[in-house]
Amino acid sequence: MEQLKFDYPSAVRPVTKRAHVGVVGSGDMEVLMQPAETGAAQVSILTSVNGFGASWKAVMDRFFAKYDGAVRIDINDAGATPGSVMLRLEQAVEVIEK
Amino acid sequence: MSATSVIPAFVRRHSFIELDARARAQSLMDPGSWRELVGPFDQIESPWLPMQGIAPQSDDGCVVLKGTIAGKPTVLIALEGKFQAGSMGEVSGAKMTAALDLATQDSQNGKKTAAVLLLETGGVRLQEANLGLAVIAEVMASILALREHAPVITVIAGTVGCFGGMSIAAGLSSYIVMTVEARLGLNGPEVIEQESGIEEFDSSDKALIWAINGGEQRVGMGVADELVLDDAEKIAASVQHYVKAGLPRLHRSKQVELYRERIAALDTSQQIDPLTLRESWNSKTNQGGAR
Repeated sequence: MEQLKFDYPSAVRPVTKRAHVGVVGSGDMEVLMQPAETGAAQVSILTSVNGFGASWKAVMDRFFAKYDGAVRIDINDAGATPGSVMLRLEQAVEVIEK
Repeated sequence: MSATSVIPAFVRRHSFIELDARARAQSLMDPGSWRELVGPFDQIESPWLPMQGIAPQSDDGCVVLKGTIAGKPTVLIALEGKFQAGSMGEVSGAKMTAALDLATQDSQNGKKTAAVLLLETGGVRLQEANLGLAVIAEVMASILALREHAPVITVIAGTVGCFGGMSIAAGLSSYIVMTVEARLGLNGPEVIEQESGIEEFDSSDKALIWAINGGEQRVGMGVADELVLDDAEKIAASVQHYVKAGLPRLHRSKQVELYRERIAALDTSQQIDPLTLRESWNSKTNQGGAR
């Protein structure tokens, strides 16, 4: 069990909606995406797999290289691969930006 | 030739099993009538799972919707089979019990409120031990209280099925709707094999398991009420039918003498085959459920 937190202070475009996608099943995860109270993007991850902090940071850096919404992201993870993580994030964005 | 006449119905249907718990729940309510109670953004999670290195879920695998079905006030409680096999923990159990008890309160105050339970569950969440056992006892008490006023309808769609203490909760409900893919049983096949050996029950023998626990057999025996296809529209129609039907004349679980006599009459000197059991049990003497 590992808790990871990342900040993306340059992602400040206001969002109004919120999204919940995914399920905490084996090899999958859930994402809660909602407007950040601080006005800039924040990510909080709770994962059952230890030792992959660098991979999480790489996926999040890549996600926020394209996405600029001021979102608070909460993730509960049961071993999703980096590809699945990115797909779940993009799915949540689809809901929020719809 | 139009596309609809070429593509067979089983391809065009909307699978219910492929939906997650929240989408299943939403597909059964009257459109626009419902709201979710204690949803994922409330983040009421299990405090016990992270202590054991297991990621929790923001709704603890339990979705509660309040609204109407067929125009009648209904609360719908769905368990997510993909999260910890739909097991009942302290939080998910408290959500289910509270929703059932509020429906009972509304019913007592003149607003009859039915309950629909979508049960995909292995029963108690072992990581939450006695708390899991306690909430299942509470769920049963809450079903018994509500079914005095309004029907409690259990839907088991699959593919987890309904086992353990929650199979008793299913048995207490007014009606049970199952698909061919669904299973209902007290002990899961793996548990029986583990405790009594592979000669007793081979949990890898799917034909054997479905012949005993499967929806076709359970409805055939008269211990469940309706067998439906894995089709969201058909399952919605069945649930609407039972919400409108109201209470059964006599709940199945009150027919103690009937089932005692049936069990006493079984010839256990030889292996009972599922088809024979179906033929001898599904007689017209069954007063509850199937109408």
